[in-house]
Amino acid sequence: MSDAPLIDLRKITRVYGSGASEVRALDNVDLTIDDGEFVAIMGPSGSGKSTALNVIGCLDSPTSGEYRFCGTEIASLTRDQLALLRRHYLGFVFQGYNLLARTSALHNVELPLIYKGLSRSERLKAAHSALAKVGLEHRARHDPSELSGGQQQRVAIARALVGSPRVVLADEPTGNLDTKRSIEIMEVLQGLNRETGLTIVMVTHERDMAAFADRLIWMVDGRVERDEQIGKAA
Amino acid sequence: MLWETIMLALQAILRNALRSFLTVLGVVIGVGAVIAMVTVGQGSAVQVTADVEKLGTNIVMVMPGQDAMEGGPGGTASAQFTLRDNDRLEEQMGIVDIAAPIAATRARAVFGNENRRTDIVGTDNRYLEAANWEVARGRIFELAELQSGRAVCVLGETVRKELFGASDPVGQTIRIKAVSCEVIGLLQSKGASTFGSDQDDFVLMPLRTFHRRVAGNSDVTMMYVSVREGVSTDRAKQEIETFMRDIRRIGQGEEDDFTVMDMKQVATMLSGITDILTGLLAAVAMVSLLVGGIGIMNIMLVSVTERTREIGIRLAVGAQANQVLMQFLVEAVVLSLIGGLIGVILGLTFGYIGAQVLAVPFAPDPVIILIAFGFSAAVGVVFGYFPARRAARMNPIEALRHE
Repeated sequence: MSDAPLIDLRKITRVYGSGASEVRALDNVDLTIDDGEFVAIMGPSGSGKSTALNVIGCLDSPTSGEYRFCGTEIASLTRDQLALLRRHYLGFVFQGYNLLARTSALHNVELPLIYKGLSRSERLKAAHSALAKVGLEHRARHDPSELSGGQQQRVAIARALVGSPRVVLADEPTGNLDTKRSIEIMEVLQGLNRETGLTIVMVTHERDMAAFADRLIWMVDGRVERDEQIGKAA
Repeated sequence: MLWETIMLALQAILRNALRSFLTVLGVVIGVGAVIAMVTVGQGSAVQVTADVEKLGTNIVMVMPGQDAMEGGPGGTASAQFTLRDNDRLEEQMGIVDIAAPIAATRARAVFGNENRRTDIVGTDNRYLEAANWEVARGRIFELAELQSGRAVCVLGETVRKELFGASDPVGQTIRIKAVSCEVIGLLQSKGASTFGSDQDDFVLMPLRTFHRRVAGNSDVTMMYVSVREGVSTDRAKQEIETFMRDIRRIGQGEEDDFTVMDMKQVATMLSGITDILTGLLAAVAMVSLLVGGIGIMNIMLVSVTERTREIGIRLAVGAQANQVLMQFLVEAVVLSLIGGLIGVILGLTFGYIGAQVLAVPFAPDPVIILIAFGFSAAVGVVFGYFPARRAARMNPIEALRHE
């Protein structure tokens, strides 16, 4: 398992619709990502970058191809097993935050731990410390509607982190934020990657944000066009 | 894990307070209305039955004719009874306490400028005794009057009020058809029966007077029989039937040409009417139930988008479809139970108040409570659960993007 790459996509194709309206969101994508990498995926809209992220996150299943996570063939897993995989290994950050409405930051962050079967006190403790990591412990009792976009996204990051995942998958995490907040978010993600070795795969269309990553994957028309190490690769 | 699921569901209920409130309201309206209305309706039915029993469970009525319909005497072709039939019934049957002959018609009673169309009843003092009539003023018939067929009469309270108003009727003369009739007595009012008919609207005269001067024949149209205490009406009916077949010489295999009816049958006939009333109330209540159900359905469908996204989020962070579904199911069940409970309490309360206002017994029906409860709960569960099930079967990303 240690010698297998963390994420290993081979000839992954994802087709939406059929016949004339068929859309090839992913077309024979080969991609490996190792433990501890901070990868940015860029590309014009419709290039399949979000689909790639969803496939990696087991939120969407490929039409064909082989996807191994930690050496495990994903296609062989049932829906419930995929849920377990997400529960224990993956964390998500979405462009639209996707927090539960009318639910405090603390309880939003606590959510993944409920399904991990932790006791209430353990959950709240972990949720508090995850909020602290994103600098929001003073906002724990606030509902999403009482938080700014940047704060909501940091809550979402805390939620992604709280279960100690191997990989955090972020789909345009700064898409709805201004530059200042975006940089704050990126610094949080970069810090997590540097300090804890957390693997991060992020989709973005902003080059400035991609610059925080160590590796840049450029997609066009469902294919990987460029794949390069950037910045100060550690 | 189940406990955890219940806690999750309770959290979700509190978090979505408005949605929860509206769902509960739908159940409350549906369950409450049905229970209140049916309770009142059933109370009326119970009241009718009780009143009929009060009329006398020891009373059996024998009428000529046989109708195909249960308990309905009709056919005029059958031979009428005679006074002799009545007296033989009374004298020869051990189980009969009193048998009173009755012959009656509708006619106008006139006094001065006042008149009233009423029941003119020819009978004797036995009827007053069997039917428990008390004399309010004056007296009942004397033997001589009965035997000679004198033109005297005893008034029911309604007739007295209509014809005489405030003045004393005893000693006055009223006219019925061509007969001038002296008023000798006045009966204590029994008031309206449960079924709304006025029990005091009649004029009594000696049977012989009636036969000679009103009817022009000697038919007895009904025998009003009071059975000895301790004899069941079923047994009494059977024995009277046998006796009547005998004196009317009805051969074996031939149909009865008379009807023996007890108050229970009268009650059955009348409770048919209250059943219609109850049915009507129930129909109105069903509409409420439906309205409540549609309310629940509405609020559930309106929140489908939000719920679908919530399910997407939960799936994304690692919930299994069954866990999410169980949460939604528990949520729906808890809301239905809360609503059902409040609905039952409110329904019974209003049913009780309604029963008080209408002066009928409070008669809640557990079956109806269960049906109303079950229906509302089913609506809540179906419309809460099935959209959730659909969402839980989607790819998480589809659910997240649901619009």
